[in-house]
Amino acid sequence: MEHQNWHGFTGGDWQNEINVRDFIQRNYKEYLGNESFLSGPTLRTQGLMKKVQSLFTLERQFGGVLDIDTATVSSLTSYSPGYIDKENEIIVGLQTNRPLKRGVNPFGGMRMVKQACEAYGYKLSAKVEEEFRFRTTHNDGVFRAYTDEMRKARKCHVITGLPDAYGRGRIIGDYRRVALYGVDRLIAEKKKDKAKLADAAFDTEQIRQDEELYQQIAFLGYMKEMAAMYGFDISRPAANAREAIQWTYFAYLGAIKEQNGAAMSLGRVSTFFDIYIERDIAMGILTEEGAQELMDDFVIKLRMARHLRTPEYNELFGGDPMWITEAVGGMGEDGRTLVTKNSYRMLNTLYTLGSSPEPNLTVLWAHSLPENFKKYCAKVSIDTDSIQYENDDLMRPIYGDDYAIACCVSAMKVGKQMQFFGARCNLAKLLLIAINGGYDTSSSMAIGPQMEPLQGDTLDYDQVMARMETYMDWLSHLYVNTMNVIHYMHDKYAYEKTQMALHDTSVERFMAFGIAGLSVVADSLSAIKYAAVHPIRNSEGFIVDFSTEGAFPKFGNDDDRVDLIAKNLAHDMITHLRKTPAYRGAIHTLSVLTITSNVMYGKNTGATPDGRKNAEPFAPGANPMHNREENGALASLNSVAKISYDDCRDGISNTFSITPDALGRNKEERTQNLVSILDGYFAQMAHHINVNVLNRETLMQAYENPEAFPNLTIRVSGYAVNFHKLSREQQREVISRTFHEAV
Amino acid sequence: MTGRIHSFQSLGTLDGPGVRFVAFFQGCPLRCGCCHNPDTWDPNGGTEYSAPEILQKALRCRAYFGKEGGVTLSGGEPLMQKEFAAEIFRLCKEENIHTCLDTSGCFAPESCAALLQNTDRVLLDIKYTQDALYRLHAGCEMENPLRFLSYLNAQSIPVTLRQVIIPTLNDTEENILALLCIAKTHPCVDKIELLPFKKICQTKYDSMGIPFPFAHLPTPDKEKMDALRALLGSYGG
Repeated sequence: MEHQNWHGFTGGDWQNEINVRDFIQRNYKEYLGNESFLSGPTLRTQGLMKKVQSLFTLERQFGGVLDIDTATVSSLTSYSPGYIDKENEIIVGLQTNRPLKRGVNPFGGMRMVKQACEAYGYKLSAKVEEEFRFRTTHNDGVFRAYTDEMRKARKCHVITGLPDAYGRGRIIGDYRRVALYGVDRLIAEKKKDKAKLADAAFDTEQIRQDEELYQQIAFLGYMKEMAAMYGFDISRPAANAREAIQWTYFAYLGAIKEQNGAAMSLGRVSTFFDIYIERDIAMGILTEEGAQELMDDFVIKLRMARHLRTPEYNELFGGDPMWITEAVGGMGEDGRTLVTKNSYRMLNTLYTLGSSPEPNLTVLWAHSLPENFKKYCAKVSIDTDSIQYENDDLMRPIYGDDYAIACCVSAMKVGKQMQFFGARCNLAKLLLIAINGGYDTSSSMAIGPQMEPLQGDTLDYDQVMARMETYMDWLSHLYVNTMNVIHYMHDKYAYEKTQMALHDTSVERFMAFGIAGLSVVADSLSAIKYAAVHPIRNSEGFIVDFSTEGAFPKFGNDDDRVDLIAKNLAHDMITHLRKTPAYRGAIHTLSVLTITSNVMYGKNTGATPDGRKNAEPFAPGANPMHNREENGALASLNSVAKISYDDCRDGISNTFSITPDALGRNKEERTQNLVSILDGYFAQMAHHINVNVLNRETLMQAYENPEAFPNLTIRVSGYAVNFHKLSREQQREVISRTFHEAV
Repeated sequence: MTGRIHSFQSLGTLDGPGVRFVAFFQGCPLRCGCCHNPDTWDPNGGTEYSAPEILQKALRCRAYFGKEGGVTLSGGEPLMQKEFAAEIFRLCKEENIHTCLDTSGCFAPESCAALLQNTDRVLLDIKYTQDALYRLHAGCEMENPLRFLSYLNAQSIPVTLRQVIIPTLNDTEENILALLCIAKTHPCVDKIELLPFKKICQTKYDSMGIPFPFAHLPTPDKEKMDALRALLGSYGG
């Protein structure tokens, strides 16, 4: 098959089937040089960005939400076209008819939408409520099927953050398909798939798939309508770089108009765009300055994306994030790097537009990445604190070379795999419930198998471990079943029509579980094993505190005695989870990631044997607990690197903060040293690292005087935030974290 | 062979080139007024480790060393346990790890021959450029580090000279010129590092219940440091 807009491209399988990877592999041009070719922002970009900045300021002054359209349910075509500055935009499209105005999306759940409106001084219109009176939302469905025990587990916060009241997210549409093929071809392919289904035996799964295909085709049609409202015909393939970016953005925009999932990630578009940019430059219709301008305008649009959330949601996922994660770099299976000039341009937006948490730029690090690119990434990290790194050498053998990251650390083949997001369970609370024989002292609730609280003056390691096994087994079964309910109902009542239309019809599914408090539990078990932990009981005989005598090894010091406890906990957890089958044949995966919920999890968890006090925050993700690292940063990284990616296929998040002085004497040394640290960390098959290079004093100043630091960006657990958008509690927790300092 | 170690820093970026694993030795014969690690003085303090144990720890950081990094022995004064230090470096060189020695050079260099044989770079702390100040504020003669430096020069071991800049004592242009003069007469010196005097160690002195001798002295401001560093020319790196 040929199309005139594909002129100049090398043909192949991609023409006869939907296969973006094949198109990329046959057409991209690797770039091994340095950043010297890059252009700065044009006057147009600067002018537009100024408008955007003042909108951001206004949004901040309005308490975080600039405006809500309470009368229109968000969908692809429900708003008239919106612009920031119509004459000066190169890439167009907003979620609603005005910049930063948020839509309402009750498909996931009505209660959350109403509360969110009220939290910002609005009231959901009666019309929307009426429209949904006879409609079942995802949330309605879930609560019809939840068992008493599931409700209890939720209420006592041993399982928290479940996507049962809004969109589940963490699904990446292959938005590039719209640019490469045009929507009509995608519809034609989906129709073929639908016709093929008719030959199969129509069981539940086939019927469901058949209906889903119907919805996918319908929404591809709406996507065309949406683009037409902006004056574009996306039924055909994109003819040039500007169209390729615009088409891809329309596809993404359709997804975020339809769905309000927690993480609405972008995928891996930079190198794909580079092919179009190179073609235009070769034809003399685009300059380097123009190419950067296109990327800048695209990224400005991404930075404008918003969803309406409740304050409770913000407590879990602080900073109003969208997780518009874009995977940059990596290596190809043939040994060529996937770094192109446009990988640089994407990172360069942190200079042309200033540092920013979104898009969530994720560098896929590999040992054989070009040295120049490694150095540039390190430089950008040091300057902006806006990049995270994930191990391409670890993931490529599993996912190939066209995977991307959903949310923070969840890898999936673009357009071929998706996941059912499952938040996380609180492992530290589980330990306390186990010790107390099925009683949660924080919520005063009996839950799980009922037995006597552990007796005696000193906790016995073997006894505690045996208890932990029992309760892990119980929780895992409950957790899988809970997730099965949620995702059955989400598919039924809030299916991602746009995003799944941009997947292969036959898709592989993961079910992503998570754990919080890993380092707290590892240190607690280490204390029980190597020191003497004396339980302190309340008048009812429940253990509410501990007094610990003697020293014990702590996670974060590269000490196998405790590091292997952490590693084995993750292994045990996924082993238990796998025992209960997951909905739709999904593959069980596990993450050690908390986002900012480590603060909330800590708040709901009593004192632990490691010396952590009642309600104190956990460390984020897989991080060691604050200020327990006694041997410096590398020992800490080594501890985290021991947790196996085979056990935690949904990612292991580590946040690394270091002062500039501790990284080296000057900029050049700092850059080179950061490259060495990243090479060293990933050589040990570690999975992920957030890098912050800044002084604690800067954060303290920003805490005292937020207005003076409107753009201060900091990496937290798997994503970046504007520091000022965190709650006071979350800010304090970030400040209290370990900063690796020079002595 | 075992020795006494104060602590480890797995990510050292200031004590030698690249990313370094730093072992801080316990015990120091000097009593410098500006010392920021008084807790390393007592030769009986710290924790006992064997040389292979330290190598194992260093090897755990090897992946991070890159092209330039390696192991640095600092302190305290590593030369107080020179046989132990020599054994560690011997093991490092067997593993082809770059070695760096951070010392005051206040020992007879000939007695350190075995250690220096396996030392790739020395960070030599020249505390003052006047003998009187040495005697008064460090507790040794200036001749000692100079003899040590001559030996390093004879052995062609690359040297970085280091000095803590302490206002009122050595924050003058004359002092830097004297330092440059030492460097120029010893071709093994290819780098000079000036470090600002800091007082964050006050809390250590307080917790040990001993006075911080230079508590009354001011710390140098950034402008002063920049001005003095500007004098270093190619030695400034």
